[in-house]
Amino acid sequence: MSTTDDNTNDVSPEEAEETTEETPEESSQPDYDSSGDEEECHCSGPGLPILFFIIGFVAMLIFGWFIFPEFLYCKIKQPIDFNHVLHMEEVDKGCESCHFFREDGTFAGVPKNAQCIKCHAEVQGDDPDELEFVEKYISNGVEVPWLSYSRQPDCVFFSHAAHVKLANMDCAECHGPMGESTSLKVYEKNWLSQYSRDIWGKSVLNMLNMKQHTWERMKMYDCAVCHMEKTGRETSVQTAKDGCFVCHK
Amino acid sequence: MKEGHHHRKEKKFGMVIDLDKCTGCGACMVACMAENNVPFKQNETDKLDSITWMRVYKFDNGKKFPDTEVCFLPRPCMHCEGQSGHSGHSPCVSVCPATATDYDTDSGIVSQIYTRCFGCRYCMAACPYHARHFNWWDPVWPEGMEKALSPNVSPRMRGVVEKCSFCFHRYQLAMDEIYAKGHRDFDEKVPEYQTACTQACPTDAIVFGDLNNPNHEVNQIVKPDHNHRLTGKSGNPKVFRLLERLETNPKVYYLSSREWVRRAGDNYQGEETPENYKVKEVHH
Repeated sequence: MSTTDDNTNDVSPEEAEETTEETPEESSQPDYDSSGDEEECHCSGPGLPILFFIIGFVAMLIFGWFIFPEFLYCKIKQPIDFNHVLHMEEVDKGCESCHFFREDGTFAGVPKNAQCIKCHAEVQGDDPDELEFVEKYISNGVEVPWLSYSRQPDCVFFSHAAHVKLANMDCAECHGPMGESTSLKVYEKNWLSQYSRDIWGKSVLNMLNMKQHTWERMKMYDCAVCHMEKTGRETSVQTAKDGCFVCHK
Repeated sequence: MKEGHHHRKEKKFGMVIDLDKCTGCGACMVACMAENNVPFKQNETDKLDSITWMRVYKFDNGKKFPDTEVCFLPRPCMHCEGQSGHSGHSPCVSVCPATATDYDTDSGIVSQIYTRCFGCRYCMAACPYHARHFNWWDPVWPEGMEKALSPNVSPRMRGVVEKCSFCFHRYQLAMDEIYAKGHRDFDEKVPEYQTACTQACPTDAIVFGDLNNPNHEVNQIVKPDHNHRLTGKSGNPKVFRLLERLETNPKVYYLSSREWVRRAGDNYQGEETPENYKVKEVHH
């Protein structure tokens, strides 16, 4: 307030009439200028807020793509740690020695005790997993509750015969190099949908569509893309693609 | 591989139901319910709510005793083809906003994908045969029955429409067998698949098969009229379809030697009969 008083006193009476209305503005201007100088000093340009935004954005992406998905899945260990490499050396028909087609064309999937008992009626080696398998499951006649990584939802019909026998596809094309694994990976089950993470895929792959191999994600989109490319069938009236009932049931 | 798939002949699965043989026993309805995991309620008195993919209707000739005659008519989904051949312009497919129901030109089957359906029920309004049903509730199975459900048919949830699929899951399994045996198509060694209702019928009133296959019984009974190849009209004067004048071109045919039964298939006015209506179509 003292500055306004000083200004009005300095001005002559003639000028005073013209300037009295302006004086409040003039008087307040130095206040505005000084405060503006202070902001520039503290922030040093618009770069810092953008930097903070980028840091926050990247942090959120990392959280959303890598950390949060971990909370969506519960990790379950397979009941027995199975060594595919060890067994592949013993059998002569590759994957189909244990994962075979039944006579009616359906696929047997994960082997039952009936297939294992031929060799494992008694303990073969000194592996603790084999010991547990024989004592806990074979001896008691209880099936092993294996967790199937590639199990599709109830509404999906997947024909192994059409893919393996008709289209001559390799098992590894959809299941990955399972035959080369020496131990079973941890099964990740989605808390909400109860489906395996092998179906949903990794979140980053979903967002950026960076899928490299067939087995990284097996959702409907992935089936549809391959069907469109490979079969080229246009039997669906609605979509001009492969019919819906080919895979749905 | 692209060409390999295409050389397989296009199929047109259809059905002929002999109404003179049908006794109305309802075995087809029961077989269908069990085969396709069709949900039911404890109280089924309200038939507007009940879901029956296959329903047997009863009607008579309207005459008094002793001239009364009764006919039972089993009604599955007609799998309408629509006009102009495989256009698939069936009433339900053309109105579905969700692409939940679709016409497959490979098999001629109208599919219903439950996980895509969002329950608007346009298809139910469009279907002139009342072949579609809505799930007003989630299915509740009596204790222990869940273990008896078929794993080949996915159970439906509340809020979706369902209907007869011509036991499509059996077609899928049949194709599995064909591929596993190194074949490409149905032949003498791998016979065509059958629906549950066909197999359950004690009087063999239902015949199911590929209408495009001239060696199949269903083709020999229907005798598709080559002048009407696109409309699917039958060349057999005893064969008729329901509401033929709507030109929905159903693939379910009915067979009866009784004229009043054939006449009941549509609202024929005055002098019109199923036969002379067909004659009109020739000059159409």
